[in-house]
Amino acid sequence: MTGKGILIEGLSKRYGSGDTAVDALKKVDMQVAPGEVVGLIGPSGSGKTTLLKALGAVIEPTSGRMTLGGEVIYDDRWLIKDLRALRRDKIGFVFQAPYLIPFLNVTDNVALLPMLAGIPNAEARQRATELFQALDVEHRAKAMPSQLSGGEQQRVAIARGLVNRPPVILADEPTAPLDSERALAVIRILNDMARKLETAIIVVTHDEKIIPTFKRIYHIRDGVTYEEAGEGVLL
Amino acid sequence: MISLAGRDIMHAWGKFVFTGVGLGLLIGVTLSMAGIYRGMVDDGKVLLDNSGADLWVVQKDTLGPYAESSSIYEDTWRAVAGMRGVERVANVTYLTMQVRKGDRDVRAMVTGVTAGAPGTPGWPPYLVAGRQITRGHYEAVADIASGFSLGDRLRIRRNQYTVVGLTRRMVSSNGDPMVFIPLKDAQEAQFLKDNDAIHQQRRRTAANPAFNRPQVPGLLDAVIDSQSTNPYVNAILVQTASGHDDEEVAESIRRWQRLTVYTRSQMEEILLGKLIATSAKQIGMFLVILSIVSAAIVAFIIYTLTLGKIREIAVLKLIGTRNRTIAAMILQQAIALGAIGFVVGKITATLLMAPIFPKYVLLEPMDSVRGIIAVVVICVLSSIIAIRAALKVDPAEAIGG
Repeated sequence: MTGKGILIEGLSKRYGSGDTAVDALKKVDMQVAPGEVVGLIGPSGSGKTTLLKALGAVIEPTSGRMTLGGEVIYDDRWLIKDLRALRRDKIGFVFQAPYLIPFLNVTDNVALLPMLAGIPNAEARQRATELFQALDVEHRAKAMPSQLSGGEQQRVAIARGLVNRPPVILADEPTAPLDSERALAVIRILNDMARKLETAIIVVTHDEKIIPTFKRIYHIRDGVTYEEAGEGVLL
Repeated sequence: MISLAGRDIMHAWGKFVFTGVGLGLLIGVTLSMAGIYRGMVDDGKVLLDNSGADLWVVQKDTLGPYAESSSIYEDTWRAVAGMRGVERVANVTYLTMQVRKGDRDVRAMVTGVTAGAPGTPGWPPYLVAGRQITRGHYEAVADIASGFSLGDRLRIRRNQYTVVGLTRRMVSSNGDPMVFIPLKDAQEAQFLKDNDAIHQQRRRTAANPAFNRPQVPGLLDAVIDSQSTNPYVNAILVQTASGHDDEEVAESIRRWQRLTVYTRSQMEEILLGKLIATSAKQIGMFLVILSIVSAAIVAFIIYTLTLGKIREIAVLKLIGTRNRTIAAMILQQAIALGAIGFVVGKITATLLMAPIFPKYVLLEPMDSVRGIIAVVVICVLSSIIAIRAALKVDPAEAIGG
């Protein structure tokens, strides 16, 4: 591991205190190299979402150490003051539902992120257009989200996750609402983008269709992760 | 940077415009209420302006002739006219009553004016049609707001009057149109009784042994004569000579004639501070209530619109949008809603409400400026609840779980 990508060591998260305390994460160790896509699988209540929220810097872990894109962001406490800027610049999110902003067209949904980071409008829109070409949705660039199919919306959501060229992407059940063909297409896109942009991607999933596509899988159960080699078959 | 507020408004413009129109109708009512108050103040000032007087001489210790009844002898004017600094004087009577024309009647302030020429205190300063009163009896000049036309025959008490002239914006402090008639007719109208009442009064007087003495012939007739005439007027209007201070002339009349005299500013204070004070307070209370209702409506609408975007706000926060960007989006929407409401309200008040309102509605430009400032302030304050709700949204909600 070069230090880029994702490195998690001994991460824990406890909710509450005393007799009512719940250890959602007990000891999580993970590493994802740049350009790699790994799966994170576990039953309901296993701690998947808590781990995703901790990685996404929206909840504070209790202890451990996290390194994103070569920068240690957490070491028993946040080492980054502006977590909002951290999320904007270093982490891309892809959700189960696309959650596109309904009052912005496709281009602006994607270009908004670089604009928030202070990138000029023209350059932000250029970045969005390049991603649309790669994701094959450039013909819908001016459409409103409500005019897109489910697969198109999810591809736009992926473009939004990638547009700031973050070193890390966290994908939460990105294929859940899609049929097999579209689900595999999304995974293919994520793999392509990971390779092209040197992005480390964690895909949280229950989706049996896409589990065989991962070369490495992390299982999480009762707040503890276990690594397993995957099939890495991308049909 | 993309205007999130603008895009959201354009995306759901129908909902936004209809909400703005609803708010605008409420703002229209609020502006109209302010206009009614301004109209009342203007009516009071117009009444004073049109009287052409610098001083009002009234019954001692009264607030007459507009706020209280006032009676002074009709020949008092001679003594006042001889005072230093007095240019012109004229008796005047005011009587608010129903003036009949055919089978309908109009509430009007009947004003009795002395014979004279245009410029005489109490006379209408200008006409929009016809001529001034030239005969001693049974001619009238009416304000066009009364609905009368030239040549119309009016009935005031038992007498018929012909409308020979028309004026505009000659109204009482209540907004009733004025009808000018000769002073003698007005004095008669103030105290004229019906035939039965006159008969009864004469019978009672004749039955009183103090007035009906066999040894004093003519006493009963003299007493009855005195009962059937009215030697009183309500006030004497005074124009002061140039170079004389109104207050000094007023003080001189007070001292030597033992009458109460008001200057223009004092009379304005009586009209505005006492006569329409209660109405002004009522309108003020309505304005406060309407402002609170408007604020509540804006707050509710913006809060509801914000709650409908909770998921989007969570996503925006998760992807790194600053709190101030989200707050600005909500604030801009609230102000835009207020702006739509104000434009609709202004149009409603100016084009729909003011022309059909029975009272004079005066919409002053500065009131509109104050109105838009108040709307902006109300919208800003109303959006605070929604902004607080938006800022409390946890970005983790976008991830779910």
